[in-house]
Amino acid sequence: MSLDKSTVVQIATLARIRVPEEELEGLASEMDKIIGWVEQLDEVNTDAVSPMASVVDVKLIWRPDEVTDGDCCERILANAPKKSQGFFAVPKVIE
Amino acid sequence: MTLLQGNTGDWEMVIGLEVHAQVISKAKLFSGAAATFGAEPNTQVSLVDAAMPGMLPVINQIAVEQAVRTGLGLNAKINLVSVFDRKNYFYPDLPPGYQISQFSQPIVGHGTIILDLDGGETREVGITRIHLEQDAGKSLHDQHPSHTFVDLNRSGVALMEIVSEPDMRSPEEAVAYLRKLRSVLRYLGTCDGNMEQGSLRCDANVSVRHPGEEFGTRCEIKNVNSVRFVQQAIEYEARRQIELVENNGVVELETRLFDSSNCTTRSMRSKEESHDYRYFPDPDLLPLEIDQEFVENIRASLPELPDAKKERLMSEYGLAEEDAGLLATERATADFYEEMTKGRDPKLACNWVTGDLFGVLNKSGVGIEESPVSAAMLGGLLDLISDGTLSGRLAKDVLEAMVETGKEAAVLVKERQLKQITDTGVIEAEVDKVLEVHTDKLAEYKAGKDKLFGFFVGQVMKATGGKANPGMVNEVLKAKLGS
Amino acid sequence: MSELNHLTMAQARDGLAKGEFSSAELTQAHIAALEVSRGLNAFVTETPERAMKAAQESDARRAKDRDEPGSMEGLPIAIKDLFCTEGVLTTASSHILDSFTPPYESTVTANLWRAGAVMLGKTNMDEFAMGSATVTSYYGPTVNPWQRKDDDKPLVPGGSSGGSASAVAARAALGATGTDTGGSIRQPASFCGIVGVKPTYGRCSRWGIVAFASSLDQAGPMTRTVRDGAIMLGAMAGYDPKDSTSADKPTPNFETALEQKVKGLKVGIPEEYNMEGMSRDLLALWDRGKEWLTAAGTEMVPVSLPHTKYALPTYYIVAPAEASSNLARYDGVRYGFRAEGETLQEMYENTRGEGFGAEVRRRVLIGTYVLSAGYYDAYYLKAQKLRALISEDFREAFEKVDVLLTPTAPSPAFAIGEKMDDPIAMYLNDVFTVPASLAGLPAISLPAGLSSDGLPLGLQLIARPFDEETMFCTARTVEEAANFDVEPALMVGA
Repeated sequence: MSLDKSTVVQIATLARIRVPEEELEGLASEMDKIIGWVEQLDEVNTDAVSPMASVVDVKLIWRPDEVTDGDCCERILANAPKKSQGFFAVPKVIE
Repeated sequence: MTLLQGNTGDWEMVIGLEVHAQVISKAKLFSGAAATFGAEPNTQVSLVDAAMPGMLPVINQIAVEQAVRTGLGLNAKINLVSVFDRKNYFYPDLPPGYQISQFSQPIVGHGTIILDLDGGETREVGITRIHLEQDAGKSLHDQHPSHTFVDLNRSGVALMEIVSEPDMRSPEEAVAYLRKLRSVLRYLGTCDGNMEQGSLRCDANVSVRHPGEEFGTRCEIKNVNSVRFVQQAIEYEARRQIELVENNGVVELETRLFDSSNCTTRSMRSKEESHDYRYFPDPDLLPLEIDQEFVENIRASLPELPDAKKERLMSEYGLAEEDAGLLATERATADFYEEMTKGRDPKLACNWVTGDLFGVLNKSGVGIEESPVSAAMLGGLLDLISDGTLSGRLAKDVLEAMVETGKEAAVLVKERQLKQITDTGVIEAEVDKVLEVHTDKLAEYKAGKDKLFGFFVGQVMKATGGKANPGMVNEVLKAKLGS
Repeated sequence: MSELNHLTMAQARDGLAKGEFSSAELTQAHIAALEVSRGLNAFVTETPERAMKAAQESDARRAKDRDEPGSMEGLPIAIKDLFCTEGVLTTASSHILDSFTPPYESTVTANLWRAGAVMLGKTNMDEFAMGSATVTSYYGPTVNPWQRKDDDKPLVPGGSSGGSASAVAARAALGATGTDTGGSIRQPASFCGIVGVKPTYGRCSRWGIVAFASSLDQAGPMTRTVRDGAIMLGAMAGYDPKDSTSADKPTPNFETALEQKVKGLKVGIPEEYNMEGMSRDLLALWDRGKEWLTAAGTEMVPVSLPHTKYALPTYYIVAPAEASSNLARYDGVRYGFRAEGETLQEMYENTRGEGFGAEVRRRVLIGTYVLSAGYYDAYYLKAQKLRALISEDFREAFEKVDVLLTPTAPSPAFAIGEKMDDPIAMYLNDVFTVPASLAGLPAISLPAGLSSDGLPLGLQLIARPFDEETMFCTARTVEEAANFDVEPALMVGA
């Protein structure tokens, strides 16, 4: 399984990371090498193995239905690069 | 069987519905911020909802309970172990860049729901699964020329996604499904079913085929936020697909938006790239484990549901199926009816609720929970009909007055002297007076103009301020006119 | 320059208790040491004013109530820049978190402040904790205070908690917090000749720590002695209901555990950790470790962890996968750096393209790839199965032994600029540390000897889940026997 430039472009789009054209080749070859290296896991027969569901042996704890948070508009917007009238602002999206 | 006619023969519609129901809860699914509707932007957002660095989800107990309750109300299998998965995609109203949902192991499995169709017919439809997931925030595209504004109040609110089997075969069945589902959810208290506010949202999956053939490719139609629109969207989409296929086109597996301004569907440009959501179990959460005792406790607390309520109203009160169905649609209505009908004529009570009371509620635009007339008050009105104080006609006027003033029927009857006139002597005297005054009309009647009978009745009613018992007026007039 | 910055944490604690000096003096000594050692580039943000204020408040508290000081009362420490500290710039050493000032405090650091600790500043690290050398930071590499015997080339401090390790080794901080995902506390501790502890997964809360790989990240202390590590971990640990993966287990007194009997314990020596190409220095050190523990009355037991060789590739599927999802929130919308774009997608792509460094980009893309349609089963699911097998290996071993002894890192510190051509060469630094991370086990690294070119080498002890006590008392024994008292060339006051 070979990871080529066009695959990197696809993955980079999924991950929303712009990769300059001149770096694509190098990145593809690095990633291809890494994927080739991790493929050694295929040596192990795992047909009868269940994937690890949780690292720590505890149960998922539930919290009671109470409003304990929110109402902190300033804190929420404090670090926003662009905001207006209480909203976050991003370049317009056309549906 | 509902079939559409095409050029190449009959076509059958295959419809499945995905409903997102907002869980009734105070706080959100994985954060402690409030889940109420309509607050000022970004005031119901916790650090977790805003996906600040280092934030982690903690599950709200009520969401688990409500999902189980909903599953039980739909006769569904409850999965004692379920897993939360991340659904990864980028959008400004999805701060973490993933939605916490359930993909391969949902909390509720297969269930069923019974559709009430026209003419008293019913049909059972399958529910494929129900799972819990987070709602997204809101993107406002029309507040600014070059920017989209983002409000995260809704981000993280608990939703139940209820997926039906593709068992429906007509827009009417889809509507019946939605109505019944909404009714059940409201009965259970797990969702308020308010489509206008978006606490109940529907996506329709539509495909067409010649009867007996394999399923065709389906399209998912989003943005149908009323029952009426669901019907229109399905009708349009089915026709669109038939036309496409009959003209040698191919239906693409895609997502389409319903445009309510012209009742059409169109392809969604932003969803062009086939979505690779890269689902994987959320490592910030452990598998959700519930025990059978938890499920049984909820089962024991379930209210009587619409289908059972309808059956019981029919058997206990001798009501017709259609009437019982009407009363059972909303739990509050059925409760109102049962309180009102205690010790009274159930059929009379039913007519007054489904006829006059519903009329009053429609006019004032309120639900039965905010009825200006209580069950006790309406019952009091019925008593005055049963004991002959009021005619049915007068009672209608009294009801109007009760709504206006909030006073009880008996009080109003006394104040306004609305007791009906049933004294034969009095009625005869009034009839005589009317016939005396309208001798010309009397002559016309005698000459064969039968219609004028109603005119005489009307005049007597007018003269008595509406209080004369209409039945008796009829009898007396008949006798006097000798017909 | 006073000697106050050459005390251990325990000695400083005692000195403060006896009134030999104040926290203000102690903190001032460390602030001065920090200034002098700026060439190491161990800190991203220095907070001297806040530190002095906290020190003075600590002294005031102590004056009022001498009997109940917090467990870290008045002790100046450094915080890895991965922990969100309220009102203080937090960057994860990344361009994409430019000017990010959290309006909240991480649970672990809140615990430390509640225990009376004083913050000297935020330390440098590999960007988003991805790396084993602290060379991928947006703020430049950190330098190891150790140098080779005959060479003054700047060496890496290890990573990703290289800034914390360097600061502690240089005596610019009494201790520092780190995080360990695949070895990011233990390996830099080994490279810098200090003690580093990765507790059991779930022992410390992850709330408020910038997430890298959720099922692996753990906060832990980096100190100069085992006792200091026990003191500091005691203050950091504890159940947090805001973290669903936090264990609701009481925190034992780790300092008391140091005195626990080691005699009679069974020490496992995993045969698979004896890898091809290991240096003689390292093998010799490992042997010395076995001798020390044998002399203390323990029994060496050979064990097998058959799936060890698959731990690194397993890690390099699971960690990038989780990271690719955890880092999706860095999109320029709500905080940090934003690069403009005509459209929303352009803004996302430009922001993340410019904001992330090369290593982060590589791992996010690998992670995205292994989760993508058609590859999930072959990679991620497969890796999670291997993870189950690796954990099972440990579980079986722990039926026969109480603790495992291994080297920490395959080599001593290397020069800045080395191992940069091949990402996999860099990944191999974590070969001994990654397995314990995958299994969520507590592990400690302590300096035990020197390489032939005079650089520290660490030994690692791995214990059962939530049995840090056995880990600590065994480490204490090794530390005493090793008597590692060599100091780095670039230490402040060397």
